[in-house]
Amino acid sequence: MSQKPLKTLIYAITILSLCFTSSMAEEKYTANECFEKFSRGTLKFNMALDRAVFKPVAKGYRALPVPIRKGSSNFIENLRSLLSFSNNVLQGDLKGAANTAGRFAVNTTVGILGVFDPATKMGLTKRSREDFGQTLGVWGADTGCYFVLPILGPTTARDAVGMVGNVFIDPVYQVTHNTETDMLVGNDNLQEHNYYIYKGTDAVDFRSKNIESIESLQNNSIDFYASVKSLYLQNRAQKISNSPISNKKQDDSDWEEIDNQ
Amino acid sequence: MKRIFSSFLVVFFICFSTNSLVAAYSSDPEKFISEIINEAKLILNSQDTKEMKAEKLSIIALKTVDVKGIGYYTLGKKRKEITPDQKQRYEATFEKYFLKSFTSRLTDYSDPKISVLSAERVNEKYTIVKSMLLKTDKRPEVKIDWRVYTKNPEKPLIRDLIIEGLSLARTQKEEFASILSSNNNDINALLQTLEEFSNR
Repeated sequence: MSQKPLKTLIYAITILSLCFTSSMAEEKYTANECFEKFSRGTLKFNMALDRAVFKPVAKGYRALPVPIRKGSSNFIENLRSLLSFSNNVLQGDLKGAANTAGRFAVNTTVGILGVFDPATKMGLTKRSREDFGQTLGVWGADTGCYFVLPILGPTTARDAVGMVGNVFIDPVYQVTHNTETDMLVGNDNLQEHNYYIYKGTDAVDFRSKNIESIESLQNNSIDFYASVKSLYLQNRAQKISNSPISNKKQDDSDWEEIDNQ
Repeated sequence: MKRIFSSFLVVFFICFSTNSLVAAYSSDPEKFISEIINEAKLILNSQDTKEMKAEKLSIIALKTVDVKGIGYYTLGKKRKEITPDQKQRYEATFEKYFLKSFTSRLTDYSDPKISVLSAERVNEKYTIVKSMLLKTDKRPEVKIDWRVYTKNPEKPLIRDLIIEGLSLARTQKEEFASILSSNNNDINALLQTLEEFSNR
């Protein structure tokens, strides 16, 4: 993709995100439903697909020796940090960008293409992932309504726009999908399917780390859909603010009312 | 949502685990949480049956968790609309649900390794105790913050667990709100759902 359409798209996304913007004093932990019935059905479909495909694959992955899992997880995380870097810059978080770039440089070289993580030992601490949905949130875009996508899972209007934006600012996507880059790099190995292998491995790695916890959440929720929604929105809110909700930001009005009863 | 789900498991486990033989807990929030964690380990590592473990954990939960307060918090604004009779029924039903919910999660676990790291006094009512569930071959480490209610400094009570930044109490509140909203805001529908869960 040439630079002009890319820039145009980013501008378009930015304008679109600003259309969603409300005063954005503080990130919200709730969101209206876009189409709840559809989303509930999609979640059921996703969970059935998970039982049939993703969970068994994740269990197989977990059976691999720890060093292999750890190495592949590090490798994926290192590649993923490129998207975080783009978003660090877009958010104006130069300190974060420097940290991400430093980690990538160290882990790609000393850490042998990211298989090992010497950067952490050198004091470059691992930070949470950044994506374009978070960037839109930092810029002031409102959450928008909530819905569930087939396979991709829970999202909001803003984060769905962010997903599209990710594609255009993710260097891994650009390198694997851009024939001009192939020529620049000088080989034909950076083909599109490698991008999907990278994304698939990332998903399997995540699922393998959460086998018991997701099972427990399913077994102990009285409304699994509502639990997933709440967890998703809380997680996004804390990622955008880059701080947990635990302490000062917690809305205590309900508690205060209970205390005064 | 990387560690979110992992966190959920563990959270409950610590929260309520404890040795029922121990009667009094420290008034210092950090020590209070450490004591609960240590007692939880004893119970979960014991040779007791799952039912016995659940019973012991329930006793501890009733001593260390503000079950009634959490119940009203998770009910949201609906608590203002219900009659005294419904309130009474809700309290009893919620307690049963709460104990069933956490014991069924916790009794699947044994030998959890949790380090209490520090405590931060937010205000006179709350202290956040920070802890870490150490990583295993199966999952990464998980940050767990305990929201301890300290209005009565002599008797701290747990009001929430925040796992990797996600509040359990808030999640439960959203679940309850969803059930109410899909049943014409009828408290009886919520009570029935809670009872069904408790009798599983």
